[in-house]
Order: sequence, then structure tokens, then C-alpha cells
Amino acid sequence: MQLKINGDDRIFTAPLTVEQLLLNLELKSEHVVVELNRVILDPHHFTETLLSSGDSLELIQFVGGG
Amino acid sequence: MDPLIIADRSFTSRLMVGTGKFSSNTAMVDAMEHSGSEIVTVALRRVDIDNPQDSLLTHIDRKRFLLLPNTSGARDADEAVRLARMARAAGCDPWVKLEVTPDPYYLLPDPIETLKAAEILVKEGFTVLPYMPADPVLAKRLEEVGTATVMPLGAPIGTNRGLRTRDLIAIIIEQANIPVVVDAGLGAPSHAAEAMEMGADAVLVNTALADTPDPAGMARAFRKGVEAGREAYLAGLGQQRDKAEASSPLTGFLRND
Repeated sequence: MQLKINGDDRIFTAPLTVEQLLLNLELKSEHVVVELNRVILDPHHFTETLLSSGDSLELIQFVGGG
Repeated sequence: MDPLIIADRSFTSRLMVGTGKFSSNTAMVDAMEHSGSEIVTVALRRVDIDNPQDSLLTHIDRKRFLLLPNTSGARDADEAVRLARMARAAGCDPWVKLEVTPDPYYLLPDPIETLKAAEILVKEGFTVLPYMPADPVLAKRLEEVGTATVMPLGAPIGTNRGLRTRDLIAIIIEQANIPVVVDAGLGAPSHAAEAMEMGADAVLVNTALADTPDPAGMARAFRKGVEAGREAYLAGLGQQRDKAEASSPLTGFLRND
């Protein structure tokens, strides 16, 4: 299935939860904010949220800034 | 020094520091430590998924430093609100340094979008610290919609040019019932001291600390500048005069006239 992640299209094998996607990308879920189709996801729901082809995700983290 | 109170929270330090542009995380942490600051700003950006970096949060002791996420990069109110909500979702206290800067050359804040976003975020329960042009009318409008502070700029972000907006900031300070935090453009401890002498409640610096070979040393210097300025303000500066007023007695000279 095709997912748009941070503006780029990528192919993944379904079924895939948000938690599995982060694992797959080697990201620590406690440090990443996930927005799925413009809705911010509660981290408690990462394990049960199944992704579908065409979903658009923003994966955001804190960086240095003034 | 007397405490700084923002939204019922009390702080010992009147110096806030940004975490951007340091040469390393060690340099950043050193600067934070030596500044004595209790409030540090951070930004939110997309993860580079092909090259994920260590989270900044692994380097910041959140028991000691209040994380103040900014909405930098937002070009309008909608983007700023979206970023603020993301920061809250990341488990931060609902404090936000609101920044809306559509102009990429001077990074000047958009007053209309800033006010719009402030109103929305205050209603959603955020403690809003808005970065703003040094405009006394806008400062009143932001205060009226319930922002916790106002943060007028001294000079454009990262320019190290000092308190170019001095006269307008003086009016903002005179009229404000909420803390005035001078943000942006302060490049030297003397600039910070000047703002504090005028009665600013706090200052925020980033580039001035990140832009030197010795961030920890510059952070100590800014800490002293801020403390000196605050103490001078509390003590009360002497009156300025056009003509000399002798400090030594004008009697008992070694002459007979």
C-alpha cells in the first residue's frame, strides 16, 4: 500500500499499524508526534491504529529552535 | 532577585534561552546550564525518515527546564495553531511561544495572524507567549485576548543588533499588565541589561549564545547582564540631565573668589 509520509510517497506491506510503521522506520514512538490525515493521534492509539493505502502522515519531532 | 511570574508560575531566572543553531548538543546544554535559565524554547520539524536523528529531548532535563515549544515556520494562524497542538500532543505543558513569520527575509511577525492564532490558542487552554512587532497597540490587543506575556522584538531574529525598537518597547512596558519579554535581536549582554533597566520583565536570547566559540561563557555574561539590569531597574535609575551636576562639593576650593 502507498502512504504519504512527510510529503513523500512510500510503499509498505499491509497490514501495518502506526506503531509498526515507527518501528519499521526505526523511530522511537515516545519522541515522535504523529498526524494522520491532518488529525493528531494520541500515542496510546499507535498500537491499534491500522493504516490504509492513501493515508497521509506527518511525523514530527522537537529540534533546536529559538 | 524578585521572581518572574508568568501565568501563575514562578521563575527565579529572567533569562530564557533558545536551543537553535548550537554547534553540538553539548554546547547547547552547556549554554543552558550557565545561563541559569529555567525556560528553553524548542521547534517542531518533520523527522528526516531516511536519516533519523536523536531526539533533542534526550538532552534536556525537563525537571529543570520548562520546554517552551515555538511555532516557528508557521506562515499563518492555521499553521501556528496546528504546530501548537502537535507540541501539546508530544506531552509538553500547554505553553507555546507563538511565532507567525511569513516573511523569509526579515522573519518579522505577522501581527494580524499572530492575534488570530493567539485568540484560538488561549481559548484552547494554552499559555500563549506571542512573538510580536514592537507595537504598543498590538501588545494591548494580545493582552486583551488573554496572552500570558508579550514578546516584542528588539531587532530581527538572529541579527545581534540590539534594542532598535527601544522607544516603542518603553511604551509597551509602560502600558502592559502582563510580563514583557524582549525577544530577538539581542546580541550582547549590554543589550539585555538595557532592556531590563527599562523595566522589561525578561529577555530571550539564542543566536547570541549559539554564535560564539564559547556559548557557556556568553551565557554567563548574559545572565549577569540580565541580573544587573533588573537590579538597576528595581533600585531606580538616576535622572538624565542636559547640564553637569557636580558630584563633589562646590565649596572649600583652594582659592579666594
